[in-house]
Amino acid sequence: MMTLKVNGREHQVDAEADTPLLYVLRDDLKLNAAKYGCGLGQCGSCTVIVDGKAVLSCVVPMVLLEGKQVTTLEGLGTIAEPAPIQRAFMEEQAAQCGYCIPGMMMRAQALLQKNSKPTDEQIRAELEPHLCRCGTHMRILRAVHRAARLMDTADVSPAANGSAR
Amino acid sequence: MNAAVIIDRRRVLAGGGALIVSFSLGSALAQQQDAPQAAAPSPPGSLKTSPYLDAWIRIDADGVEVFTGKAELGQGFKTAFQQIAAEELDIAFESLKVTTADTRLTANEGYTAGSNSMKDSGTAIQNAAAQVRALLIAEAARRLGLSAESLRTADGAVIAPDGKRLSYGELVAVDMLHVQAQPDSKLKDPATFKVIGRPVPRVDIPAKVTGGEAYVQDMRLPGMLHARVVRPPSYGAELTECDTAAVGKLPGVVKVVRDGNFLAVVAEKEFQSIKAMNALAAAAKWKETARLPKQDDLVNVLTSLPSQDTTIFERSNAAVAAHRTIEATYTRPYQAHGSIGPSCAVAQFVDGAMTVWTHTQGVYPDRQGIAEMLRMPPANVRLIHVDGSGCYGHNGADDAAADAALIARALPGRPVRVHWTREQEHAWEPYGPAMVTKLKASLDGNGKIADWNFDVWSNTHSMRPGGAGSMLAAQHMAQPFAVPAPRPLPLPEGGGDRNAIPFYNFPNTRVVHHFISAMPLRISAMRALGAYHNVFSIESFIDELAILAGADPVEFRLKHLDDQRGRDVIEKAAQAFGWKPDQKPPPDRGYGFAFARYKNLAAYCAVASEVEVNRETGRPRLVRAAAAVDSGQVVNPDGLINQIEGAIVQSMSWTLYESVTFDDTRITSIDWQTYPILRFSSVPESIEVHIIDRPGQPFLGSGETGQGPAAASIANAVANATGKRLRNLPLTRKRIKEAIDA
Repeated sequence: MMTLKVNGREHQVDAEADTPLLYVLRDDLKLNAAKYGCGLGQCGSCTVIVDGKAVLSCVVPMVLLEGKQVTTLEGLGTIAEPAPIQRAFMEEQAAQCGYCIPGMMMRAQALLQKNSKPTDEQIRAELEPHLCRCGTHMRILRAVHRAARLMDTADVSPAANGSAR
Repeated sequence: MNAAVIIDRRRVLAGGGALIVSFSLGSALAQQQDAPQAAAPSPPGSLKTSPYLDAWIRIDADGVEVFTGKAELGQGFKTAFQQIAAEELDIAFESLKVTTADTRLTANEGYTAGSNSMKDSGTAIQNAAAQVRALLIAEAARRLGLSAESLRTADGAVIAPDGKRLSYGELVAVDMLHVQAQPDSKLKDPATFKVIGRPVPRVDIPAKVTGGEAYVQDMRLPGMLHARVVRPPSYGAELTECDTAAVGKLPGVVKVVRDGNFLAVVAEKEFQSIKAMNALAAAAKWKETARLPKQDDLVNVLTSLPSQDTTIFERSNAAVAAHRTIEATYTRPYQAHGSIGPSCAVAQFVDGAMTVWTHTQGVYPDRQGIAEMLRMPPANVRLIHVDGSGCYGHNGADDAAADAALIARALPGRPVRVHWTREQEHAWEPYGPAMVTKLKASLDGNGKIADWNFDVWSNTHSMRPGGAGSMLAAQHMAQPFAVPAPRPLPLPEGGGDRNAIPFYNFPNTRVVHHFISAMPLRISAMRALGAYHNVFSIESFIDELAILAGADPVEFRLKHLDDQRGRDVIEKAAQAFGWKPDQKPPPDRGYGFAFARYKNLAAYCAVASEVEVNRETGRPRLVRAAAAVDSGQVVNPDGLINQIEGAIVQSMSWTLYESVTFDDTRITSIDWQTYPILRFSSVPESIEVHIIDRPGQPFLGSGETGQGPAAASIANAVANATGKRLRNLPLTRKRIKEAIDA
């Protein structure tokens, strides 16, 4: 049994020490957002935040996570009360299939937590470890810029209905 | 049944014509419906093959539900269908529920492919909804003793002049919608549209950005087990030895499944299944055969394989004389769909019935294949589409579904989830086929094209199921199913010859399709099929001819094109880009242009692009692109823009970076390191997409429209920037550098 702190709650997890965090999140804690994409740290789909830093959960074994704080996309907000980053991705309609998007959002969230006004260049550089196959990149970039503005104004009222853009 | 209602239905839908009303009682399941009776002309879209209105729209006291046999693959058409139904039914968008492909619930619409979903299913839903609304009005008129003309509909109810409301739920009676659609519907005037044509936010995005259960990968059924397959190391490899005893004793392992060359392991927890898979792979000994062709000699390999040659288009006008003639060969390598989420499926075998949850593009054909593989009657197999990672064609989805079914049969009662590894997806998915095109054309004395010869060598572009033999598990079983003989896809849509016939007017034209039936690598449908390479070839060669003629590429295209809608998108893209005949790009930059009408019968798309080439390294970079698209009546403009933006970005990645690699035995591009694709550092500064809406015109689809034009536009910009023409895809940094240095 190991103790893992996820989204502000402590969980007792029955997993072997070499189990990558991704499988504990998905299999033991039934969380959906972190995705298996490659298991090799090449695509970014599994990204979560550990102690404020974006981490590839498919290559981080449980043994390294004792006492650390894990945040997943589920921990940021809900459909009814989306976090600024979630609201921004909804408002920009920044998804096609959407499979890569949760990982992108967590990397962007980590960036915005330490740099509230990143430049376009900084956002692109930060997202370099992430792959998107649908070609949604332009919208992802716009969504991260929008999230920065939303966080800045701390205006987190729900997204207006009716128009995507 | 109520006779008065039947008479009404005749009157309402048939206008006195030969309407066939079905009297079948009981559950009105789409797949159980009688074959359509001979009646001409037939109703539009997929109503042709699934004519009953209740295959598309069902109404009961709980609400209105819309059904489509197509699968949401991330294109967003689930939202578009909901808009169409809301519009034609006069009901609130939010109150509708849309159910997608399920062999128990929805019409059989074959595959979700070819940019046909709007044309097939969107058209069916639009017409079915309009006819259902007419039936509801007629029923209200009968009950109220008023004329149908005096009634109107709004917000899910029929409303009388005195304000009395009869909700659709109140009006609908048993089997009332179980009636065949008529050829003509009274559709709304596009000028009155309130929901169609609006950028309604996609219904699936909120769950996808908040960690909701959004994909088959996210399914967790009670008692579900996790399986992993151990695939052979190469095509045709045979399992000679495998001691499974030790693997069976690993923590959590429930079962090792071996059936000939098919090998899998099932465990209680997911990571246990992965560890067991690795142990099983280490224990397995395979006999491999070197049977792959020489990768660096693909042109000769392909053009020397036996081919079935068909002249698919010929036109001649001896009066036009050739002055100057050029020729060129263009090639495309094998390319991978490369879904970000490897293929996945969940299957459960209970009391002799198999249920498979899958991200397949064709639940009905896939059901047929799985039923054949399991030697079960198709009626005992149910396939349910669940969203997956974007597939862009026939990837591992169907194979994963077959894997899950085969494994689940060995563990009756327990749901089994199979998730492929990254390496399996890369090595085993059926690739987009390699292609070769040879072009030869002449200018006349006035700088116009006098003759045009186009030869394309290609495999088929679909090895989808249908039969079991299309699926890996069935091929690998001890009693294997043979891979079915490939067939060329028929024109006018075509496969390897999709878009091989030029959309321009040339006085002398000859197009030959060399269909190659031998398939050295496993291949199937990849977004746009042959159109990607054929449009790349045609639109590159048009530029070569424009240069030879000393003409501006945009003007040169317009000079050879009569189709007004084609001319409109060309002019729109050129104008949005700021294209000028005498333009001079900045140093090391180039401008490129390309156009196509997808399949020569669907959406129109033109793309102008600006590319920068680093002359020291050869590295190309798409700086910006401007596109124009005409997809007929637009349902969701933001969805359409999203599709075209994505097509340009994805096509750029194919065009600049991507090729499947292999040695004489094994596929060697097995992850993102060995099969690199676009990353953020190469994402353009801007992509503009301009829509030319055509209210009231048929839906033309959009998913595959942009791939070919984007590729050629970028290639033309590279040629403009460097003065060197690259004709072999991908246009890698290395190839560009070699061309510059040559």
